[in-house]
Amino acid sequence: MNPVNVSNVTVAYDRKPVLQEITFDMPEGKLIGVVGPNGAGKSTLIKAILGLIPTASGNVEIYGKSYKSQRKLVGYVPQRGSVDWDFPTNALDVVLMGRYGHIGWFRRPGKKDTAIALQALDKVGMKEYANRQISQLSGGQQQRVFLARALAQDATVYFMDEPFVGVDAATEKAIISLLNELKAQGKTVLVVHHDLQTVKEYFDWTLLLNKRKIALGPTEEVFTIDNLQKTYGGRLSFLDTQVDASHVVQS
Amino acid sequence: MSYGAWIMLTGSLVGVTCGIVGCFLILRKMAMLADAISHTVLLGIVLAYLVSHSLEGIYMLIGAGIIGLLTAFLVQVLDSSGVQSDAAIGVVFTSLFAFGVILLSAFAGKVHLDVNHALMGEITFIPWNTLTIGGMDLGPSAVWMLGSVLLINLILIFLFYKEIKISSFDPALASAIGIPVMFIHYLLMSMVSITTVASFDSVGAILVVAMLIVPGATAYLLTDKLLVMLVISAAIGVIAAIGGYYAALVWNISISGSMASIAGLIFAMTFILSPKHGLMSKIIAKRSIVAEQS
Repeated sequence: MNPVNVSNVTVAYDRKPVLQEITFDMPEGKLIGVVGPNGAGKSTLIKAILGLIPTASGNVEIYGKSYKSQRKLVGYVPQRGSVDWDFPTNALDVVLMGRYGHIGWFRRPGKKDTAIALQALDKVGMKEYANRQISQLSGGQQQRVFLARALAQDATVYFMDEPFVGVDAATEKAIISLLNELKAQGKTVLVVHHDLQTVKEYFDWTLLLNKRKIALGPTEEVFTIDNLQKTYGGRLSFLDTQVDASHVVQS
Repeated sequence: MSYGAWIMLTGSLVGVTCGIVGCFLILRKMAMLADAISHTVLLGIVLAYLVSHSLEGIYMLIGAGIIGLLTAFLVQVLDSSGVQSDAAIGVVFTSLFAFGVILLSAFAGKVHLDVNHALMGEITFIPWNTLTIGGMDLGPSAVWMLGSVLLINLILIFLFYKEIKISSFDPALASAIGIPVMFIHYLLMSMVSITTVASFDSVGAILVVAMLIVPGATAYLLTDKLLVMLVISAAIGVIAAIGGYYAALVWNISISGSMASIAGLIFAMTFILSPKHGLMSKIIAKRSIVAEQS
């Protein structure tokens, strides 16, 4: 069974359609990159799958059941800029929030949860920052805290919204090795990505999106000039004859 | 207990109750919504009186709770249908408040409440309005009301602490993992409503905003831990209440006014002197950066 089936999902803000009739299945155990121009609905797609925004039509299933009944199988990394990093709390506390879905009402995180959270911080190389106030972390470190929080969710499918934006080289490397580790464990990860240059290197599969689904499949099959032109239209600033040429960059 | 002690106890209870709830308003950037609710509960109080013909605390709490939730709900509806959120707050709050003022003036003869009292409060009369059960004088009824509201708030915060925390910090993740973010929002707004009503008699609608916002805003500058922030905020509320009472005695001025002013003064001092986020420490830090570079 596929981890995620999206069928015929349409999302509109006011009267403007943001996503139109999106249908696709996510294959198990793959790293899937989502690319498309600004305003293509990449983040919206994740939010629609997670039920964070209302859909005008369509249906999403996680392992054949509604998202609501499968929440514990799903991990989520929102955009780093979506929260206030001046919030009075430390890194460990933020990672512990990943456990809240497992803890249930009226209970506090226990020793086991703290152990899981510390382990998750360790995996992203942030263990020594556990007690650091989150506003004192660099952008890359904050991103790693977010990833650790998703790890603490102990999910089988992960959705990550632009984890590579504005991070340092060390963090980028840490994220990549983490993604590969998740893949090795048979987990499925969908990552909204903005850097076309690294798509071939990072992702097994690619979803090209611009309000509609342009293509989805193994990266070497669908990440073609033809598809990119369909996705970005005239907006792709520079298209070399070879897609993997190093200077095809779109942010 | 002496007259002054009752006033200080009442003021301190206002400070603690408002200070704790206020922290969450600061963290959720909802100070303006609290301002709105503190005014619209006037409508709730008047309606509660017209329905129950009584000025008893429980009816007021229910009336204010309902109108407070209505305020939060209307703001939410307007906001999500495209009205700018500050405009939405402005429209809802003035309309409901105006309606309350109209009702109050229309039934002025019947309601033992006047606009001035509602806006400014009158803590000086608190000790004389006592609660008597079975002939026993149990002390000012305001103290009982504030005490009950404080207890309710503490219980709710204790029960829903982690839900309130995550939905304040990261509402997207919170709702993704199944925490009812909207329920938590309305829960907090109910707490703000009943807190306002309980504090109403003592400090009035305008100054209750000061007691809700200023201690929390000050505590935010002083700590990086949520629990510590709650404690500091409550403590500042108490200091403002007691300090305000003595200042009012010395200069023979309005007690509620001087309580709010002391709170403002504490904020101003913290804003300049706070070791972590204060103006001075920032200037010194900048200087040292410049000095290192040269």
